[in-house]
Amino acid sequence: MSDILAQTTTVPALDLKPRSNNYWIGVLRRISRDRLTVICATVLLALILIALLAPWLIPADPYKTSMIRRLLPVGSPGHFLGTDELGRDMIARLAYGGRMSLLIGVMPVLIAFVIGSAVGIFAGFAGGRINMAIMRLLDVFYAFPSVLLAVAISGALGQGTTNSVLALTLIFIPQLTRIAESATTQVRTLEYVDAARMSGASSLTIIRVHILGNVLGPIFVYATGLVSVSMILASGLSFLGLGVKPPEPEWGLMLNTLRSAIYLNPLVAALPGAMIFITSMCFNLMADGIRSAMEVNE
Amino acid sequence: MGFYVLRRVIYALPIALSVTVVCFLLVHIAPGDPLNAVAPADAPVEVINALKVAYGFDQPLPVQYFRWLGRALAGDLGTSVATGRPVLAEVMTAVVNTILLAVFAAVLGFSLGAVLGGMAGYRHKGIVDRIATALSVIGVSVPHYWLGMVLTIIFSSKLNWLPAMGAGPGGSKEWLWDAEHLRYLVLPVTTLAVIPLGIVTRTIRALVADILSKDFVQALRAKGMSDRAVFLHVVKNVAPTALAVMGLQLGYLLGGSILVETVFAWPGSGFLLNTAIFQRDLPLLQGTILILCMIFVLLNLLVDIIQPAIDPRMRRS
Amino acid sequence: MTTDTRPLSVAEDRGGPAQPILLVKGLRKHFPLGSGFFNRNRGAVHAVDGIDITVPKRTTLGIVGESGCGKSTTARLLARLIEPDSGEVIFDGEGVGIPNGMPLKELRRNLQLVFQDSFASLNPRMTIERAIAFGPTVHGVGMRDAIERSRSLLDRVGLDPTRFGGRYPHELSGGQRQRVNIARALAFNPRLIILDESVSALDKSVQAQVLNLLMDLKEELNLTYLFISHDLNVVQYISDAVMVMYLGQVVEVGPVEEVYRHPRHPYTKALLSAVPSLDPHRRTERTPLSGDPPNPINPPPGCRFRDRCPQAHAVCAGIAPERITVGPGHEVACLLADAASGHPDATGRNDR
Repeated sequence: MSDILAQTTTVPALDLKPRSNNYWIGVLRRISRDRLTVICATVLLALILIALLAPWLIPADPYKTSMIRRLLPVGSPGHFLGTDELGRDMIARLAYGGRMSLLIGVMPVLIAFVIGSAVGIFAGFAGGRINMAIMRLLDVFYAFPSVLLAVAISGALGQGTTNSVLALTLIFIPQLTRIAESATTQVRTLEYVDAARMSGASSLTIIRVHILGNVLGPIFVYATGLVSVSMILASGLSFLGLGVKPPEPEWGLMLNTLRSAIYLNPLVAALPGAMIFITSMCFNLMADGIRSAMEVNE
Repeated sequence: MGFYVLRRVIYALPIALSVTVVCFLLVHIAPGDPLNAVAPADAPVEVINALKVAYGFDQPLPVQYFRWLGRALAGDLGTSVATGRPVLAEVMTAVVNTILLAVFAAVLGFSLGAVLGGMAGYRHKGIVDRIATALSVIGVSVPHYWLGMVLTIIFSSKLNWLPAMGAGPGGSKEWLWDAEHLRYLVLPVTTLAVIPLGIVTRTIRALVADILSKDFVQALRAKGMSDRAVFLHVVKNVAPTALAVMGLQLGYLLGGSILVETVFAWPGSGFLLNTAIFQRDLPLLQGTILILCMIFVLLNLLVDIIQPAIDPRMRRS
Repeated sequence: MTTDTRPLSVAEDRGGPAQPILLVKGLRKHFPLGSGFFNRNRGAVHAVDGIDITVPKRTTLGIVGESGCGKSTTARLLARLIEPDSGEVIFDGEGVGIPNGMPLKELRRNLQLVFQDSFASLNPRMTIERAIAFGPTVHGVGMRDAIERSRSLLDRVGLDPTRFGGRYPHELSGGQRQRVNIARALAFNPRLIILDESVSALDKSVQAQVLNLLMDLKEELNLTYLFISHDLNVVQYISDAVMVMYLGQVVEVGPVEEVYRHPRHPYTKALLSAVPSLDPHRRTERTPLSGDPPNPINPPPGCRFRDRCPQAHAVCAGIAPERITVGPGHEVACLLADAASGHPDATGRNDR
């Protein structure tokens, strides 16, 4: 061993690396340089914090109705963003509504991410007939327009938050499974996986050490983009009266109940939709940002 | 080619069959006895039992499925609990209205998306590209039911230019090809067109930019090929993928119209579905979903068949 | 050189020096065509169609042939990355893939593979010292020890571990990556390394360096190589014996100088005449190979080379030539070499 040490000390340390070259640190560094993505992430973080900390941040009660203070316009004293059709404070409704809207938007994607990744990675790694059987089964789900399927399932199950989350989870699982499967199939045919098999490692070890790190990234990006769709659909189901039940504040449901007010107080009526729009767009742009930060492989 | 078409049709059959299974099961995942929908809640036990036999609910599920499938194939989708009319007739009227909406929206969204995406792809990083990128992000992120409300506020409530609700004057459900009826089409079609606009713009922009950056196009340009010829080249290469995306999007419009139809009280299948859900009219729910999904399966099949016809790369297999 | 490149104990030489490290009989793999429910039984690609291989210990056997002749499939079959349809594989006297034979994990510790694509064979999210250390950890070596060994292996293949150990594959050149891949194979202390076009993608100068490294390592660690390449010059440089494959079959095998100087199979002759030579006296007027190899899907009976063979005769369509010995260790599968075959141009066995 002594000669190795002797050798290495004689090599001048030309390659002093001031930065870590870990891939994920590089991705984070590139994201932090992307202004649009940083803005979106900040907005989302703010929305989440406001929703979480609503009881401490917002003095008004989102459930307190008032017959004499119905549909106050934006800018009214005491109700900066006005009141809804039952005289409830819009700031409080929007802040508390974020809790439910974000929850029913993110939950289906999160559950589908876990299930879809597991099934997709398994199918992709197994390959052959097993893979084909799983994928053919999923093709059936692709025979349905996703909105229609979500409405049909939650319509059949009846109104309720759980039912709408379940319906959306069901329509997202096939999509995420497909992404996971194609990412895994792509990686599996690379020779480093063969090299790992040559080490005698078990399939589970190979998946854990060599596959996950290379496929979870793309699946995660897709899932982030899917949250955008999920937010729109989840609130859409509530808008149809299929999701959250009143008087619970939720952006889609608020949009529905305020629909009758569009002639009287259009600005207030449009507010909950604007919240859905902003959240959905931020998730979309963030997904784009992460994707392009991950694509550079240098 | 004939063999190819036949194979696609054979591939589509099990899919279509699975769709019918899912539609059939929809009624069975619904909470409560399906009989509740047809029998009054206080009906005596003998009546319930008689109804059970009459509807075949006493049979095992597979038997019920095949009987239901047989009737459905013969065009009998049952009777609407709410209106007492045959489901098929109800659905057909509504579906025609939905298709009208979807086709107009598709034509608008696709052509706008193609022009915008094509221009953006040609002038990569230019001003049009920025606008197209922004529009496509907005297009995929906007809750279209909200957009419908906003359009109503602007063009109906504030400006009073266009009607906000229904398919014709006086709440008429019958469609007529006159200027008055066309005015009712403007807002829902515009709203619906936004759904495919984002995706189509994005796809075509990426495809065009990709092809223009290819070595062979650069070589052709360097050899002095005219812009017109280059454009033809681009079209030929973009068309197959664009067509596939558009076919899928047209299908999604059938589903996406549910929310938009609700906003504008458009008497289409989405509106019908909404009614069916809230009146717990399960046969109507099942029939509407089945018909819409079959149209979707058919559309996908059509895309699968047309695509190789315009794409020489796919013709071989 | 006192570098410790032996993290795992070397497997003992069970069969003794005379026992070939690898003995293969009738190895066969057909890939069925079509995977759908509707298009089964359309036939199969005869990727490897009954080949015999003998590799004595501490030698290098080169395998040459055009692309698609089944070289790489052979490598993967031997490594059991794909299961053969039939055939017998004996590693140092022990059967592989049979009940009570050598366990797969044991085989893969003794037999390692280095692939052509140096980039694809390394996990892009793993530093190279970890990539090398992964194998030994699978076999129970602790991570700390494995990393330490991985560093000394990097040193042995000519990469300074303090500079390169923490790097990711994309931060290395092709030649450096291939050195890493060799180090990874060495980490198992294998006895046989299959080099599947391992230097083919490298620049000529880098190729020479890596070849020299391989030859040094072979001497130092008593390795045996199976060297697969389409480059006949490189094979001549590194190999002791050479095997020529055509459409999944062995057409000629023998000591490298013997085969290169006196090729007996028309295919070998054609391949060799296509090799550019700097020696003007070695230039030949023989027609080089024309056309593509025929489709390996359901090949017809008889000699598979006959469609492209300048000396083909009617009998070639009827009889599939057997391998016959034409010299010491030199075998050829051609009717021309068998005087009794009925081919009009056939010559005697030892007649040159």
